[in-house]
Amino acid sequence: MKKVIHKHPLAIRWLHWLNFPILTIMIWSGLLIYWANDVYRLGWGDRTVLKFFPGSFNKALNIPFRLAEGMSIHFVFMWLFAINGVIYFLYLVFSGEWKFIAPNRNSLKESWLVILHDLRIKRGLPPQKKYNAAQRIAYTAVIIMGLGMLLTGLAIYKPVQLNWLCAMFGGYEWARAEHFTITILLVLFFLIHIIQVIFAGWNNFRAMVTGFETENIDAKTETAMPTEPINTKSETDEQA
Amino acid sequence: MNKREELLTEKQIRRRTFIAFTFLFLFLGSAILGWQWLHRQPTDHGAIQPLRKVLDANEFIFSSLFSKKHFAKTYSKDLPLPHPRVNGKIGLNSAFDTATWKLHLVKAPGDTLLIGIDEIKALPKTEIIFDFKCIEGWSQVTHWGGVRFSDFVKKYGLDEQSKMMFAGLSTPDDEYYVGIDTKSMMHPQTILCYEMNGKPLPLNQGYPLRLIIPVKYGIKHLKRIGTISFSNYRPPDYWYERGYDYYSGL
Repeated sequence: MKKVIHKHPLAIRWLHWLNFPILTIMIWSGLLIYWANDVYRLGWGDRTVLKFFPGSFNKALNIPFRLAEGMSIHFVFMWLFAINGVIYFLYLVFSGEWKFIAPNRNSLKESWLVILHDLRIKRGLPPQKKYNAAQRIAYTAVIIMGLGMLLTGLAIYKPVQLNWLCAMFGGYEWARAEHFTITILLVLFFLIHIIQVIFAGWNNFRAMVTGFETENIDAKTETAMPTEPINTKSETDEQA
Repeated sequence: MNKREELLTEKQIRRRTFIAFTFLFLFLGSAILGWQWLHRQPTDHGAIQPLRKVLDANEFIFSSLFSKKHFAKTYSKDLPLPHPRVNGKIGLNSAFDTATWKLHLVKAPGDTLLIGIDEIKALPKTEIIFDFKCIEGWSQVTHWGGVRFSDFVKKYGLDEQSKMMFAGLSTPDDEYYVGIDTKSMMHPQTILCYEMNGKPLPLNQGYPLRLIIPVKYGIKHLKRIGTISFSNYRPPDYWYERGYDYYSGL
């Protein structure tokens, strides 16, 4: 007998997993487009620390000379990305789930404690609800990045008809650079996300699939339970 | 708190876990199968057919944003400008006699008007300095001069033609050709261009006459115009045939 705690609603789980292939396809087709004018780099003056992207990277993934293909994919799957994102956002707002994600007054301070804890520097965590302070900040940031992708994308897609939007992001070239930068940030988020999920373990990961986490109940509570176990009731409910 | 709790046996938990993961794998599996299915579809003008249909739907949706009052941002003449990049030579490689060049204006099948460059230069001149945008992703602020296409239409009595859906332009050797919706052609920033940086166009920029159409990507700015015609059907378009969006509007 275990205590089952329902953590993620069904809608959140579906929208989360739908986003995974959609975002993968958007980033992939984005790479095919970016290659045709691959001007961004990390460095100063003539010194380049990291070119986006090295020739070997492009070659390994067979990226060169696929601009038309990349555009045709990007401008189709953009709809799915946008629709999924809008539904997710509306769900958060109307279900009240946003309360678990939006950072609160203490989040900034507490997120440092979470980081120190995760880096094995400090023991113990402040009490938390569904997400800890660092998660709240990260997940809120990722929603804002999604919105940023949508808007900078629109700005470079229709820079004349939506010239006000393009101007808002500092003009066409800035908007393109921002669109690219957010992509890199999303990829970094994804990498940290994966590492954190691995460290958090099976119970946490399973919750994004099944919706629930389980908790062992100690012997004391178990003996204190009524002779008629609760689970028989829930089982019949389920079968009904 | 929004957390529902219940007590379940190990067996029930395993069962629920199994079902949920089955759905996840079915979903991820069908995403992969769907992707593979997409790539098995026939192509339509170089683009995968279902994608091409959405691109055409995008045109329908986003052309509704189009307005003659939406302008490409323009820049002041005082700004130092980069040397305009030469990015396409298709249609410029054939032997070409600049002295005998005339614009072939097809008003109707069998009714072609030949127009010399001096007649075009006699029309009111419009200059534009704007951020030329290539479909590859780069852009450059460049300075062009010529006659507004809408002024040209007025002068040559093309009211009827300009109400048709498309204009088709091609180089004298017909190696390069574009199709453009007449709404974009009639935009006040669209010019039949004969000057770059205040001087006659260089040969590699389309001397004697090219199109400058800031509401489109560079692929539509045809150099060395040979023929202009009108149609209610999409005229052939070089890059459209190679998988790009027909509309390519900005």
